Amino acid sequence: MASPGASALPVLDVAGLAKRFGHVRALRGVAFTLGAGESLAVFGPNGAGKTTLLRVLAGLLRPDAGTVRIGGALLARGEASHRGRVGLISHHSLLYDGLSAAENLAFYARLYGLAEPHAAAARALEGVGLAARAGDRAGTFSRGMVQRLAIARALLHDPDVMLLDEPFSGLDQRAAAALRALLGRLRAERRTMVLVTHNLDEGLELATHVAIQVAGRFASLAPRDGDLAAYRARYAEATAGDA
Amino acid sequence: MRSVLGQAWAIAAKDLLLEFRSRTAFLSALVFTALVLAIFNFARDPTAVSSVDLAPSVLWITFSFAGVLGLNRAFSLEKENRTIDGLLLSPASRTALYLGKALANLVFVGAVEAIALPLFALFFNVPLLDVLGPLVLVIALATVGFVAVGTLMSSMAVNTRFGEMMLLVLVLPFLITPVSTAAEMTAKLFAHRPFAEWAPWLKLLGAYDITFVVLCTLVFEFTLEE
Amino acid sequence: MTATASAERALRRGGVLMAVGLLMVAGVYVRALLFTPEEATQGLAQKIFYIHAPSAWVALYLAYGIVGIFSVLYLFLRDPRLDLLASSSAEVGTVFATVVLVTGPIWGKTIWGAWWTWDARLTSTLFLYFIYLAYLVLRSAVEEPGRRARYSAVLGILGALLVPFIHMTVYLFRTLHPMPVVLQPGRPRVPGAMLVTILYSFLAFTVFYFGLLWRRYAWARLAAARAQGDAEGGADATR
Repeated sequence: MASPGASALPVLDVAGLAKRFGHVRALRGVAFTLGAGESLAVFGPNGAGKTTLLRVLAGLLRPDAGTVRIGGALLARGEASHRGRVGLISHHSLLYDGLSAAENLAFYARLYGLAEPHAAAARALEGVGLAARAGDRAGTFSRGMVQRLAIARALLHDPDVMLLDEPFSGLDQRAAAALRALLGRLRAERRTMVLVTHNLDEGLELATHVAIQVAGRFASLAPRDGDLAAYRARYAEATAGDA
Repeated sequence: MRSVLGQAWAIAAKDLLLEFRSRTAFLSALVFTALVLAIFNFARDPTAVSSVDLAPSVLWITFSFAGVLGLNRAFSLEKENRTIDGLLLSPASRTALYLGKALANLVFVGAVEAIALPLFALFFNVPLLDVLGPLVLVIALATVGFVAVGTLMSSMAVNTRFGEMMLLVLVLPFLITPVSTAAEMTAKLFAHRPFAEWAPWLKLLGAYDITFVVLCTLVFEFTLEE
Repeated sequence: MTATASAERALRRGGVLMAVGLLMVAGVYVRALLFTPEEATQGLAQKIFYIHAPSAWVALYLAYGIVGIFSVLYLFLRDPRLDLLASSSAEVGTVFATVVLVTGPIWGKTIWGAWWTWDARLTSTLFLYFIYLAYLVLRSAVEEPGRRARYSAVLGILGALLVPFIHMTVYLFRTLHPMPVVLQPGRPRVPGAMLVTILYSFLAFTVFYFGLLWRRYAWARLAAARAQGDAEGGADATR
């Protein structure tokens, strides 16, 4: 359970992130801070660098400049302890189709050094309502179930920060509703989250802060206020004149 | 240290479980091996060259190509659903990832070799049993050297344009020492030469193994991070 | 000075060194053909040695050694210019290796009537050639410059450490394995004038190598600087 910070340190502190791939500058100075229980929704057009941002936060990419701190601890290359503090959900499931749901989770539990991998896996499956399908191969799951299993995987090690990269993509109404409920629960548990999405509705529902990322930097970053229409306008304005 | 080995073992076990369930790569490697052995047998003129002369080369060419088939598996299976990201996200060390993959490759290639060897003895009428011990040692050492480099290379090859072809091109120069020394020692064993005659080759192969296992373990992380 | 201008200046300077080296190599021809005595048993054909041996030294040790060293440096320092230097050395080394593999058979055919002999130097160069080719093919198969540099560096280091093992393997085969061809085009007996020519040829080829390396490296830097300029001059592209 992510505990509301007794310390004054922000849960997630990002400063001056820059990253280029060859001649393409994907991130050009991104900075923000999140405390316990706060969540940031990042909107932006394709090519704005949102996925790159999440991958840097997750520790999958090394930034050319800038720092990422989780609970005050600096993200350093190869820092295994950092990796234990973030969970990532992307539009790929990161699951093995050939293994069962329980086997997938038990494997990850082992990698994260959890004390009783099988018990942890069983608990996680319960938490996302997939206990009945524990023994079935992940390859047989529907997209919605895969997404739920992926969330179970991401939550296994009780991360301080949850990163979500377009989690609603490809989900039908029912699955999207289930996901929304799940994320609402996470929010109630005061987990710190960074959510990248195209879907303004869902993003706004979950977030305490909203950012609009355009061409590698935040065109706007503010606590969530105002309604959907206001954001639509703001978004259109920020992305106007951009390819 | 214990956790590194534990993680490596978890990764290797997962790989082997997946392979055991699908069996595709393993069966392909087996079929390929049997085919190569049969073709070699057919293609030569049995009156011209004694089979014992040619046998070591045939054996090692077969092992090499079957081995490369198996190597591809290790990282290409992590492309589906981007599970490689899952591995990299976890606290599992890069060394554990390398060791785990190498271990799984060793078991895989070893299993193919274990089936190919009796087949080879059968097709080529080579009496193996009296030199089986040393022969297995030679095969094991050569396979370790081959798998160590091949695992590293496959981690790169899987991200390039030509995939399997790339792996072949990258790995073949590094097969020169293990395969030629192993073939030479195999020939000496079949001819029942004394240990002193093939000891220098053994030392070279041993030195190669140590050097490249250490080197590949150290350098592996550079094939991953961005 | 902008990156492009600096690269262009390096290109000119590299061109100068290359020209100097080329002249020295021409000097090797002159000296070898006109001022060096003929070797007793092999006659005129032996003079190929003055091209063959120094090319082998450059290809086997100098060029690949530089690839190895700069590969290690790149992985620590991550300066893209180090990668450009390593890859330039690999390309130039491949050229010299080709010279070895061409002059060797010519020599062999002239002396013993056999195009290929598995002698130590030729065999080692052939195997090294495979490493060079692997390096160049790898570079052509990776698009993203950062990853390309990293992968090349890994291969460069492994390849550099492979070279001694190839030598040892070939050596073991030469000494312990009965070979049909008896004669080795090894070092001929070296009376004074020939020794001078040999040393001079090694020096000339080394200078020529550095000239080519410098020029190639400058060319690579220029290409990179121009590509950078194009990418940033246009609308800022991001991912």
